[in-house]
Amino acid sequence: MNFLPESLQGTARRWAVPFALLLLTLVLVPLLRMLPVDSALHPSDYTLTWLGKIMCYMLAALALDMAWGVTGILSLGHGLYFALGGYMMGMHLMREIGRDGVYKSDLPDFMVFLDWKEMPWFWTGSEHFWVTLLQIVLVPGIVAFVFGFFAFRSRIKGVYLSIITQALTYAALLLFFRNETGFGGNNGFTDFKRILGVPLAQPGTRTFLFALTGFVLVLSLLLCGWILRSRYGRILTAVRDAESRLLFCGYDTLWFKLSVWTFSAVLCGIAGALYVPQVGIINPSEMSVGSSIEMAVWVAVGGRGSLVGALLGAGLVNGAKSWFTAVFPDIWLYFLGALFILTTLFLPQGILGLYASLRRKLSKSGGAA
Amino acid sequence: MSPFPWRRLMALGVLLAAPAAMALTRADLSAFAAGATDERAALVSKWSASADPDLGPFLDRLDAGEFWSRGDTLLSSSDGAVATDPLDGSALGAITETTEQVVVSNVLRAALDAARATQALRDPDPEARLQAAKDLRDGSPDATILPAVKACLAKESDSRVRKILSSLVAILGLADGDVATRLDAAKTLASAEDPAEAMNLVVARLGAGEDGSQLETDAAVRVELERSRQKLHDRVFFGQVGSSVFSGLSLASILLLAALGLAITYGLLGVINMAHGELIMIGAYCTWVVQGLFRSHLPGLIDWYPLAALPVAFLVTALVGIALERGILRFLYGRPLETLLATWGISLFLMQGVRSLFGPQNVEVANPSWMSGAFSIQANLVMPYNRLVIIAFAVAVVVATWLLLTRSRLGLFIRATTQNRTMARCTGVRTARVDMLAFGLGSGLAGLAGVALSQVGNVGPDLGQGYIIDSFLVVVVGGVGSLAGTVWAALGLGSVLKFLEPMAGAVPAKIALLCAIILFIQKKPAGLFAQKGRQAD
Repeated sequence: MNFLPESLQGTARRWAVPFALLLLTLVLVPLLRMLPVDSALHPSDYTLTWLGKIMCYMLAALALDMAWGVTGILSLGHGLYFALGGYMMGMHLMREIGRDGVYKSDLPDFMVFLDWKEMPWFWTGSEHFWVTLLQIVLVPGIVAFVFGFFAFRSRIKGVYLSIITQALTYAALLLFFRNETGFGGNNGFTDFKRILGVPLAQPGTRTFLFALTGFVLVLSLLLCGWILRSRYGRILTAVRDAESRLLFCGYDTLWFKLSVWTFSAVLCGIAGALYVPQVGIINPSEMSVGSSIEMAVWVAVGGRGSLVGALLGAGLVNGAKSWFTAVFPDIWLYFLGALFILTTLFLPQGILGLYASLRRKLSKSGGAA
Repeated sequence: MSPFPWRRLMALGVLLAAPAAMALTRADLSAFAAGATDERAALVSKWSASADPDLGPFLDRLDAGEFWSRGDTLLSSSDGAVATDPLDGSALGAITETTEQVVVSNVLRAALDAARATQALRDPDPEARLQAAKDLRDGSPDATILPAVKACLAKESDSRVRKILSSLVAILGLADGDVATRLDAAKTLASAEDPAEAMNLVVARLGAGEDGSQLETDAAVRVELERSRQKLHDRVFFGQVGSSVFSGLSLASILLLAALGLAITYGLLGVINMAHGELIMIGAYCTWVVQGLFRSHLPGLIDWYPLAALPVAFLVTALVGIALERGILRFLYGRPLETLLATWGISLFLMQGVRSLFGPQNVEVANPSWMSGAFSIQANLVMPYNRLVIIAFAVAVVVATWLLLTRSRLGLFIRATTQNRTMARCTGVRTARVDMLAFGLGSGLAGLAGVALSQVGNVGPDLGQGYIIDSFLVVVVGGVGSLAGTVWAALGLGSVLKFLEPMAGAVPAKIALLCAIILFIQKKPAGLFAQKGRQAD
């Protein structure tokens, strides 16, 4: 499986989506933001945050697609890596609040509230942005590496693996819910004031974060596409389709799976880290069972195995979610449930798969006539 | 202040006037009027030892502040102006500056409360006596009520009340001046109702007082106390181990009920049914509906509604399960990951459906009378009846399932299809029908679990979500398709969790267990009871 279904392949098509995304996020939206606020074309802060949030979800979907669609490892715990990245960023943003919190203390408000006198050891260094950047990559990466190493070494796969990814995420959820853990308990982190000294509420900051998210998304899309077309990527596909045969051919699949698994977790962590300053809150609900499984449906709807499909799915499902929860809040879960069922029953390759097969049929009938 | 009890006052006057029934004599009242607060308190305690029906009204009036003293004369006045004699009601002039109100000080209040409680110990209703005994024990009783409690104990017939009273007598007797009483108390304490509390008393008595001298000087009493301490220590330990084992078993029975149906569907069809928890939830809602029907149509039989709910819940969830299998899941066989997502979608659908039908709030499911209350062995080992019933129910369900799988024709077909689908089909088993029925069976078991869970927890649309991960872990640890594995895994997880909880707290224990399971699966990827034989990939 490549970057797009076969029918859409070709150099021009390969670059079309990343280029369009880049144009939209780095040029078009920032230009529109320069219009006066009362102009009809000026994207409001709300719209910008909403689009930025969806792009973070797209990045997470891309990460999950690398593990599930490409390599065949269905994770039901990618919410964990998303949240870990988010919490790392959140820690730094909490430090940047400084003494502007409710209690005017050097410590974050929730620590004052718990009557703590000093920061726990793992908060050390979080005041430096470069440490935070390292943490965003390393923490989800190391967790995924350790978990993946043990899981893949004992050849746990399929449904079993999905279940224990969920068990791990559930354990983390319980852990982060505790106040004693030192991550703000069930309220998590919120009320951020600024990033790198610049107020978050400032329109320019929002535009910048939005453009940055778009840039990272396009970069990741290109990187993943490049990985897929490489020899390494072809082996990943082989792991998905016939792991036993690959083993018999002499490949040690452990390292292929482990590396793509860790890569996917890091990408997901970056998505979480970009999500937090834009949305302004991170709490343990990101690690709930439901939100991790929802990620899988984004990928399934768009078309797993296809990178653009993952993006498309994340965009469509979350767009629908925003619309439904605003207009028909009671219907949303029915819709989501139906989406899960209908996609798995009728669209095993997602929307892009449907598009490809329709095109094939059309060209066939066209050829016959 | 309550309205003035004229009738009671008149009755008091009449009764006090009759010499035979008169417990409160004029001498008593004079002593009371003339005494200082402690003497008054001692008198109240002394009076409470006798079974005097007039004491109650007297105490009520004392509490209401209706007594006054002038020298050694006790005056009674309800309005604080006109005084009468408390015994015969004759006029005794007005309340003046020389009369002094009988103030209910803390000391007198304690004696008053204790006297009232010992009065209540003579109530003809055993439940009222039990409550009175408990109140007396939980207050801070002092040695003055010892004679009263002893007198009541001698007449008491209810074993529960006797138990509390005898431990109360022992507690009070421990500080008595008389060596024989203390020796007796030391012995009795060994079988006190609450061993932990009795042990504290014994240890305190064995220790030194505030001035550093030994509290208990008599050697024989000390030996007896030491013996009691040892016995109590054993009983406390027994209670702790017993409670851990019981709560472990109780949790295991719940896990087992929740996971049993899953073990069948997963073992047979390789289907990860994420909607299993919602089937449990539907079973619980069936219980609620049946309860409502009983309330409105068969109020006389309301106690037996859970029994009627069992077949209803089984049938409803089995039909839902069969509909899901026929309508959706059979198209997804051989694609386990897709099945997982589809059943998650189903679970969202069912949850939202129940929310639309019955509302998002929890509904109230009450225990029938035979399931409420608890079987108490000692204070630190109490087994609620609903938990006991559920343990028995889980055993019954496992036995029935086992019989069905090993002794019936359907069970034979199910096992054949699980072990080798192709060969089963070759010998004429209609595997599609077996799949349907097995899925129905698994779902029906979820419904039964729902009836049981409705008796111990909240029933709401989210009920199933709380059980889904736990029941999957039970199945995965036990080994796919193995009934014995599921039973052992449920027992193991339940008891390990309840063993860890007192040491680490509930949430850390749960986290530790989840991590332990993740590590366990590395070691034994196929679970405790792996299916033997070659597995095609």
